[in-house]
Amino acid sequence: MKREPLIEVHGVAAPLLRDDVDTDQIIPSAYLKDMNADMAQGLLAYMRRTPEGQVNHDFVLERPAFKAAPILIVGSNFGCGSSREHAVWAIKAFGIRCVIGVAMADFFRENCVNNGVLPISLALPAWSELSQWAVAADGQQALHVSLAEGKIKTDAGQQWHFEIASHARTLLMEGLDDIGLTLKHISAIEAWEARTASQRPFLQSCPAIST
Amino acid sequence: MTHTLFDKIWALHHVDTRADGKHLLYMDRHAVHELHAPHAFGLLDESERSVRRTDLTMVVQDHTVPTRPGVIRVSPHIQATLLAGSRRGVKVLDVNDPEHGIVHVVTPELGIALPGLTLACPDSHASTVGAIGCLAFGCGTTELVHVLSTQVMAMEKPRQMRIWLDGSLSDWVNAKDVALALIRRMGVSAARGTAVEYCGPVVQAMNIESRMTLCNMTIEWGGRTCLIAPDEKTIAWCKGRRGAPQGQAWDEALAWWQTLHSDADAVFDEEHHLDCTDLSPQLTWGTDPAQAIGINEAVPQPMALGASAQERATRALAYMAVKAGQSLDGLTIDRVFIGSCSNARLPDLRTAARVVQGRQVAAGVQALVVPGSSNIKRQAEAEGLDQIFLQAGFEWHEAGCSMCAGANGDIGSPGQRCVATSNRNFENRQGRDVRTHLASPAMAAAAAIAGHLTDVRRLMETPA
Ligand code: SF4
Repeated sequence: MKREPLIEVHGVAAPLLRDDVDTDQIIPSAYLKDMNADMAQGLLAYMRRTPEGQVNHDFVLERPAFKAAPILIVGSNFGCGSSREHAVWAIKAFGIRCVIGVAMADFFRENCVNNGVLPISLALPAWSELSQWAVAADGQQALHVSLAEGKIKTDAGQQWHFEIASHARTLLMEGLDDIGLTLKHISAIEAWEARTASQRPFLQSCPAIST
Repeated sequence: MTHTLFDKIWALHHVDTRADGKHLLYMDRHAVHELHAPHAFGLLDESERSVRRTDLTMVVQDHTVPTRPGVIRVSPHIQATLLAGSRRGVKVLDVNDPEHGIVHVVTPELGIALPGLTLACPDSHASTVGAIGCLAFGCGTTELVHVLSTQVMAMEKPRQMRIWLDGSLSDWVNAKDVALALIRRMGVSAARGTAVEYCGPVVQAMNIESRMTLCNMTIEWGGRTCLIAPDEKTIAWCKGRRGAPQGQAWDEALAWWQTLHSDADAVFDEEHHLDCTDLSPQLTWGTDPAQAIGINEAVPQPMALGASAQERATRALAYMAVKAGQSLDGLTIDRVFIGSCSNARLPDLRTAARVVQGRQVAAGVQALVVPGSSNIKRQAEAEGLDQIFLQAGFEWHEAGCSMCAGANGDIGSPGQRCVATSNRNFENRQGRDVRTHLASPAMAAAAAIAGHLTDVRRLMETPA
């Protein structure tokens, strides 16, 4: 499976400067139950709408300036909670291609990379500057994220450097499928299976599954 | 060279290292659930790939199963999973199977999870089976497709942390209380990227089911996975399970399992001790599992929690409608949920039944017991536990996840206060604006009887 390479992201950055936004908040379980749910609507649904379904126009993603924001700036520990990948699907369905925060949750970060969304964790000082910029810009100025250069830039020349694991960078930039990378090692997998089947046969068969 | 328990299982399953530095770890067993299965099989179709080892893969229906007695147990996910499973030749443990239940409960029950094995499961509570020394990893849907098509997981090697649980537990204090106290001490992200090993006298004294409760909560403080070294209790527990080796193969397995412990001088990246001797029953007051206190303590002042925790504590207090400085004891409740992969195994139900026996659920409280598996349900019924619960005014459900995440529609109404034996008290998890207090089965049962949060030890001082 090839997907569109992600090299640069340009556009407004929506500031959602809260810490510990967990996966249950990112995509409430009501949206998991329905197999054909509109994931873009589900993103942060309870922050965006009241229980009666009324839109909370003050919430950042409901403000006209941010309706098509490709960049989301979050607080620390974003995506904590469960491994549910639906959280990233919802983000992607909304049109967001890059999430910038501090110390993002592991599962969430990996799920981002697997779905072609760029997760950036900044050190606190850089994050503070960037989030101040985003609040001040208020959706009126664009931010430029270059994965190739590892830089986030503003039109006014401010810039911040970010680090990302090299394999994550490769997967995103080449739009590569992780499975393809692993299948290059298929002979090692087969060798492992053959060796284990003779040395510890019960690892390679499970009577509770096959019967 | 000395090795940790984790090192030993990791080394045995290490297949290769990819050019990007990720390690390929073989997954001996793969257990999927229906919330992810339809989508994962769809992705498999799109990429024209197949399931590499159908003989090591199983799908369990649990998250969306309606558990209310007498209700037809179907959902769109359940049907799509059945269809995909039969088309792909993958075993589906369907709702009507006599051994059906929550994936983390049934894999050890059926001997699919065993000591020394690796297990992949697209769910964050995969590490529940670390309790029997099975190295399990949770994952997202894309990784799930990766495991389906390759039988390996690609990952970075986690850091390692050892937790010593010292002392001993007093009456009515259990694994859930230990887990909550530990998470409160360590914080919700202390174990991020880490493989945790639990050990010490408290762990040794625990039965296997309690160890499962402890291991189940590992993700709640960020842990990637966890393990407890198998001992006599583990081996006795696993013996005779359907997926366990038999005869000579069992003897060989036994010899191997006896080597599965961290060497005396093994080195961990971090080690911590928690003295459990004076621990009292715990309850969460906030919206993450670290926001917990003993029933005899007061809800902390946000100011006392340090800068980073302050803001979230303030928000949690508002959401939960509790005040700093107040006692939780006496807070009126609307619902009690005894269930989930965290605390719905037979000893949990027995403990709750001891509290409930001869007593009545308080007026206005809706209380339900949802066994972790159909096996557990049958055993409980054979012991008469269902009658104890029913006579007291509890609902007695079919096995499944039920109100833990509400993915089957079992949710509370806005503003309701719920005591739950599950593992997550996040905002809106059990229904929009539902306020969840996590507790042990004993504490949850006591709250159902009292109609408010209370100390189970005090309740039990007065005869029923
Ligand atoms: S019981 Fe709850 S935590 Fe456990 S698998 Fe089901 S939904 Fe997840």
